[in-house]
Amino acid sequence: MSALLKVDGLSKSFGAIVVADKTSFEVNEGAAIGILGPNGAGKTSLFNLITGVLRSDAGSIHFDGQEITSVGAAGRCKLGIARSYQVPHPFVGMTVFENALVAATEGASLRGHDAENHVIGVLEQTGLLPKANVRAGALTLLERKRLEMARALAAKPKLLLLDEIAGGLTEAECGELIQTIQAVNESGTTIVWIEHVVHALLAVVDHLIVIDFGKKISEGEPKKIMESAEVKEIYLGVDPDV
Amino acid sequence: MSMPSVTRATPASRAALFIGLVVLVVLALGPYWAGRADMRLMSEIFLYLALACIWNLMAGYAGLVSVGQQAFVGFGGYMLFALTIFGGLHPVPAIIVGGFLAAALSIPIATLIFRLKGAYFAIGTWVVAEVFRLSFAQIQSLGGGSGSSLPVAIVKEIGAKKATREANSYWLALGAAVIVLLAVYFFLRSRRGLALTAIRDSEVAASGLGIDIWRTKLEVYVIASAFTAIIGGLIFLQKLRISPDAAFSVNDWTAFVIFIVVIGGIGTLEGPIIGTLVFFALRETLADFGTFYLMVLGLVAIVVMLKAPKGLWGLVRDRFDLELFPLSYRVRFPKDEEGS
Repeated sequence: MSALLKVDGLSKSFGAIVVADKTSFEVNEGAAIGILGPNGAGKTSLFNLITGVLRSDAGSIHFDGQEITSVGAAGRCKLGIARSYQVPHPFVGMTVFENALVAATEGASLRGHDAENHVIGVLEQTGLLPKANVRAGALTLLERKRLEMARALAAKPKLLLLDEIAGGLTEAECGELIQTIQAVNESGTTIVWIEHVVHALLAVVDHLIVIDFGKKISEGEPKKIMESAEVKEIYLGVDPDV
Repeated sequence: MSMPSVTRATPASRAALFIGLVVLVVLALGPYWAGRADMRLMSEIFLYLALACIWNLMAGYAGLVSVGQQAFVGFGGYMLFALTIFGGLHPVPAIIVGGFLAAALSIPIATLIFRLKGAYFAIGTWVVAEVFRLSFAQIQSLGGGSGSSLPVAIVKEIGAKKATREANSYWLALGAAVIVLLAVYFFLRSRRGLALTAIRDSEVAASGLGIDIWRTKLEVYVIASAFTAIIGGLIFLQKLRISPDAAFSVNDWTAFVIFIVVIGGIGTLEGPIIGTLVFFALRETLADFGTFYLMVLGLVAIVVMLKAPKGLWGLVRDRFDLELFPLSYRVRFPKDEEGS
């Protein structure tokens, strides 16, 4: 397997606050990777750097065999990177269908009926089809989160970045979400998922990366990582030496 | 189960198209039924409607809140005078050439003022307009600060007799308004328009979905500048006289236009039409009250902004889910069609 995304020595700081500190990792094509870390660890900032919302101070990003460090956000989406936002950013004045359609026509460069049919398929997959004609401004928070995912999928990404999409879901909804994400991954889309709902994350991902203070603490097989002293320390505040 | 289908027209939009066509035919026959004063007033309404549609596209969709559109109104007016007097062009091609020149000029201006955001952008556009006003006041051959009149020989190219001239300039104004309205409509209905609507709602999400925000805004700014200059040319073809203060008036060409769009409903195509009608209804009823009229306008603007932030059309649309211009996509499910 070749690396679809290669992040090398990526650094970014806002004054004294370091959100990425020489972070390096690779994501293989077809993989499903989870990112863990406490609040403020720099997880969302990492997504912002990968999608081009933020420009890095140092380091490089390669995607699909091409350096994209200086490519803008729109260009990166066209190359195949799409993400869902932790705080949803729906196009409130547009319907659910139109929200996803714009991703299909701009991000995936689909036209006419191809775009429309693709969007209907995505809305069906994400359970939003009954809401297709509803203005996004009228959606509940959970529906807005689904719309985030639908819009990202409508852009036909090679790499899908999911930012805390399971938070606040009921057990049943969470189960559905896991199935949807697994299906997306099995259809060949590479996934990087930031999530605090650890059991949902572990049901999908085959590799975990742990970050704190913008630094990669460890990475590897999910089970081993979860049992490691560093993760326990970060999450449970237990001093491993005691 | 068959696939859901996607449609755009609605019963309301079909009715609106029919009514719109009837109104257009009636208006096109204006010179045969309307008096001279009415025709002048209607021409002014058409030109304001066009300015409002353009400003709405910029501010309501692209987020380009310009308070300097008078720069291009005045530029278009001055180009009409310069190209007919010194270039020997017929007024109509002169106005169109003025539009192209404005488009070319707007690109370097955009690269400058697009660096400014929000309120700073608005002020920047105003500064540009003032630069235009001061520059044109320096051109002595166009009358400098006191301005100049369009020579009779050029005026006669629009029509030898007064009645034909008035009818022709009426039709020019009507034609320009229809072209601007259709251009904005087809732009918003297109793929680019969908992207622009997304930008209106969230720039962050739009850029993440592959929309080049800077380029889209530049396109809108250039198109808006060209059309604004063309309308400016037509305005001063009606007035037959131009001066820097009249050509680059922030009150006449931007403040009133903003009023129209805001009370009508910013970010909708129907809003500027409603707003134009309300504005002229107010102006015609209050015309005799002098400055009191401006105070009433201000009061109306404040009340509408407080009570109906989405404008009068926003109220109607939210209550009745109406859309006169079929811009939306509607997904129809097979069972809807069976009527079960």
